[in-house]
Amino acid sequence: MNMLTSHEPSSDAAPTARRPGPLLLRVEHLSREFGGVLAIGDLSFTVAAGDIHSIIGPNGAGKTTLFNLVTGVYKPSGGRVLFDGADVSGQAPYRLAARGMSRTFQNLQIFFNMTALENVMVGRHLHLDTRLLPALFRFPSLVRRDSEARDRAAQLMTDVGLSRYIGADADSMPYGALKRLEIARALASQPKLLLLDEPAAGLNATESREIDEVIKTVAASGVTVILVEHDMKMVMGISDHITALNHGRKLAEGTPAEVAANPDVIAAYLGAAP
Amino acid sequence: MNRILHGRLTGLAVLGAIIAVLPVFLTNNFYLDVAILAGFNAVVCVGLNLLIGYAGQISLGHAGFFGIGAYASGVLVGVYGWPPIAALLAGALFVGALAFAVAKPILRLKGHYLAMATLGIGIIVSIVLRTESGLTGGPDGMMVEPFKLFGVELYGEKVWYWVVGVLLFVVVWLSLNLIDSPMGRALRAVHGSEVAAEVVGVDTARFKVMVFVLSAVFASVAGSLFAHYAGLITPAKADFFKSIELVTMVVFGGMASTFGAVVGAVVLTLLPQALTVFQDYQQIVLGAILMATMVFMPKGLLPTLAGLLPSRRRA
Repeated sequence: MNMLTSHEPSSDAAPTARRPGPLLLRVEHLSREFGGVLAIGDLSFTVAAGDIHSIIGPNGAGKTTLFNLVTGVYKPSGGRVLFDGADVSGQAPYRLAARGMSRTFQNLQIFFNMTALENVMVGRHLHLDTRLLPALFRFPSLVRRDSEARDRAAQLMTDVGLSRYIGADADSMPYGALKRLEIARALASQPKLLLLDEPAAGLNATESREIDEVIKTVAASGVTVILVEHDMKMVMGISDHITALNHGRKLAEGTPAEVAANPDVIAAYLGAAP
Repeated sequence: MNRILHGRLTGLAVLGAIIAVLPVFLTNNFYLDVAILAGFNAVVCVGLNLLIGYAGQISLGHAGFFGIGAYASGVLVGVYGWPPIAALLAGALFVGALAFAVAKPILRLKGHYLAMATLGIGIIVSIVLRTESGLTGGPDGMMVEPFKLFGVELYGEKVWYWVVGVLLFVVVWLSLNLIDSPMGRALRAVHGSEVAAEVVGVDTARFKVMVFVLSAVFASVAGSLFAHYAGLITPAKADFFKSIELVTMVVFGGMASTFGAVVGAVVLTLLPQALTVFQDYQQIVLGAILMATMVFMPKGLLPTLAGLLPSRRRA
């Protein structure tokens, strides 16, 4: 994870407040429209390496669209995304994964046709021999690395608290465990930046706290985390920095305390007069 | 790891044993002939299953690739005097190149649209074979010379049984190896969730193209050898109905199961022969059996039966 510190903070007019530490992600004037409806408009913010950075906002604020733009699932209508010093706007998700970005999904995207362990092993894809001929003829080097990947995947499942599901088929696992399986799969790619889209949605209070711990551990290991979450207790508790969105535009940003005290944020959530 | 390794080796051993012992019961050339045809179908279905069952893409044009392989061997050996093995390789190479060229644009399509596009390929191949009668003999088909390698001529059902048996064994082995590898997991991930596969670094388009090409090449090789075995090939072997038959075998046997594809191919090759006792009603009985299987065993024959066993194996 030493690459996190490999580039200096850019000196051109940053649209957000100056923050210590190198920048890992910079979003500049990003916009995306769907059939004339603006989902994200002229949005700029930066994410510092090593932070847990939360994106909050009411339903329909554009949080998931923002995730899809940053991770290449959607192409932006305008603006730029800079990741780890390079302009990556509109690049395909698999290329961004190779640069060190991975994510989870609000609506589960599990490989239900595989075992839980194989789901996590797919996350090792970039680190394995994925050529056809070695696979067809089972080259010893491929088998050895595959076996290492299997051990590593099992360790990751244990790390996120899924040790009892290591031998399970993905389609036999409960919802809360699948949420964590997505995190383990994303971590298997060894990302610099991990985007978590509502990891606690649909979980009970205990499970929610466990996810909270998992995220803290991940961040402590040097992975930068961008979090979209409706559980405000979790967001306020673990975030270093928060960007609040409403109607696809930035409403406020700052530390949890600053954002929580911001009148615009309170109005957006509680529905004040426009 | 042990479970998967265990399952693969056990399955292969069982397949090998069946292939080795079966000739004892195949007491005449008709039985051997049916077994050989089942074997050729099984080879194509194992390849097609990689595409349909594992990667989740549909092809209604695979008989076209089988047909190109068959006619490449028929024409190159019969008309141009090539050695059969060179013709087989040339056919496979051409099919691989053709599949690669068409895969990029058509595998962007999904579901019904992909089915339509692959259907189109099969139909084009079939039309070319029917109309280029100068080379292919047109709708009446063409005679194909026997397969010779190093001066040895493969002749007779007994010899061909072993050729097809070994080929099937090798193809199943390759398929099992592939599925339990990083590329195999990437293929299954494409089936499970394309977007999730992409965000962990899987270039989904590339893997879809690769598996399409691979399964087309399997079909081409089977087609070439079939042409030499049968000695007569007709465009019917490449047409739409044959493509549907192949897909039916894969689905009937059980998608995403290599041994299921073999079972499907064998059962659906044998069934029409066994059903001849119903004479005029043969097709109706066959249709009823297919429907009943899909209604009561939606996962296909082998996965359903395997699920009944106490210790379940994946193959």
